[in-house]
Amino acid sequence: MRRLFDEELADLDSSFTEMGEITAKTIQAAVQSFINHDREGAHKIINNDFKINEREAAIEKKSFEMIALYQPVTTDLREIVTILKAVSVLERMGDQARNIATSTIRVKGTKHIKKVEEQLGEMGELVAQMVSEVMSYYVQNEALGAETIAAKNHELSNNAAQVRTDSVNAMKEDAQLVDSAADYLVIAGYIKRIGDYTTDIAEWIVYKRTGKIIELNPGYNYFI
Amino acid sequence: MTNPNIDLKPLSEFIVDEAPERYIYDMNSGKHEVAIATKGLQVRYGDKLALSEGDLSFERYKITSLIGASGSGKSTFLRSLNRMNDDVATVSGKIMYRGLDINSADIDVYEMRRHIGMVFQRPNPFAKSIYDNITFALTQRGRYTKEQLDEIVETSLKQAALWDQVKDELNKSALALSGGQAQRLVIARALALKPDILLLDEPSSALDPISSAQVEDTLLELKKDYTIIIVTHNMQQAARISDYTAFFHMGRAIEYDLTRKIFTRPKVALTNDYISGNFG
Repeated sequence: MRRLFDEELADLDSSFTEMGEITAKTIQAAVQSFINHDREGAHKIINNDFKINEREAAIEKKSFEMIALYQPVTTDLREIVTILKAVSVLERMGDQARNIATSTIRVKGTKHIKKVEEQLGEMGELVAQMVSEVMSYYVQNEALGAETIAAKNHELSNNAAQVRTDSVNAMKEDAQLVDSAADYLVIAGYIKRIGDYTTDIAEWIVYKRTGKIIELNPGYNYFI
Repeated sequence: MTNPNIDLKPLSEFIVDEAPERYIYDMNSGKHEVAIATKGLQVRYGDKLALSEGDLSFERYKITSLIGASGSGKSTFLRSLNRMNDDVATVSGKIMYRGLDINSADIDVYEMRRHIGMVFQRPNPFAKSIYDNITFALTQRGRYTKEQLDEIVETSLKQAALWDQVKDELNKSALALSGGQAQRLVIARALALKPDILLLDEPSSALDPISSAQVEDTLLELKKDYTIIIVTHNMQQAARISDYTAFFHMGRAIEYDLTRKIFTRPKVALTNDYISGNFG
């Protein structure tokens, strides 16, 4: 027996996964425009952020409506709760992409550190890939993939620490690099935050599958 | 800071793909006072086995809901607990209450029913006054003074949350009461015998949501002094008021656990399907 609820849930599900894809692309684009010093691209990201926010609001509204109308329990309830929690996380990821874009526009330094910019580019690739992966784990209801995400996030933290060391050292040696390097620190922080958000979604996927609330990243609370 | 309520075990430990076929909460594992328990209970209507393996224990001063589709055996189980099935079915197995097997032949069924009262789906007040409805069973079997009867009427109507509405018209016919009031009168009538356990067979299925909520409030109030076992088709009602829930399917108790577990993460797939309306 196919319930009307199942159809509406499938709709909700696909608009959530779509939002995940949009967010992953936005993050990647934001990091790319920073590395390429592409202010126009950055403006586009800032101007499009409302689309992610609107989608979040629409998904939330639909979830509240479904809870009120169908009073779901057990697996149905867990699926809606997972979407409701994870959709806010996606929206916050979008905000971080917008922050990266704002930094790109604001950037004042004329002298850059190529090595660090490459590292940031790699971090951006990695985190965008993590977002796509966590969304595909969601689609496949694959809770064990959450551990892979946590391991990647650990790698991302190490990269962020490396960016910090390199930037600080460069600033000590050459005062002209301070403007750019200060931005590198902030961008590394934004990317690291997106990584943490990815594990938050992974935790909700585990909840959806098992009903257990777990913590994948105990204790990594530094900005970078 | 790590939240102590959050699990940090490896994920693989959480994921159990092979759901058990059956999960029965073990009442003996914790500090629970068992009010009534069944052992190897089987009910046959003629050749047809309506209930098998009904091994359940019920905790004292708690509300337990029995849920399941029509014909799943939940009402048969409930009715067996105070021997209502004696005339229509063959009931074998043990029903342990205060150290006695109340399913044995030498039990005085009428005396037993004073301890284990039953309220039915449709409110069935007698065609008598409100007052007489409550005192009828008492006066049939014992001698009471007018003062004693007055006191019992007042106490049981208060317990059933009906006193304030009817105290000035106790001589009015019970048939003039609304559905919700009539059902609470029937509950008061059962309480007048000072039972220990109250069995309710879909007590609010014939009532509107407001009367139904009044009956639910009454039951929540009553569990301070009574052990309550209720059959209900209303999932939300089971979720709202009961401490434990047992799910019946094709004559067996398939899953029995704390209500909050049944409604958030049941262990058996059939339970999940039934309570999320995903059957068939």
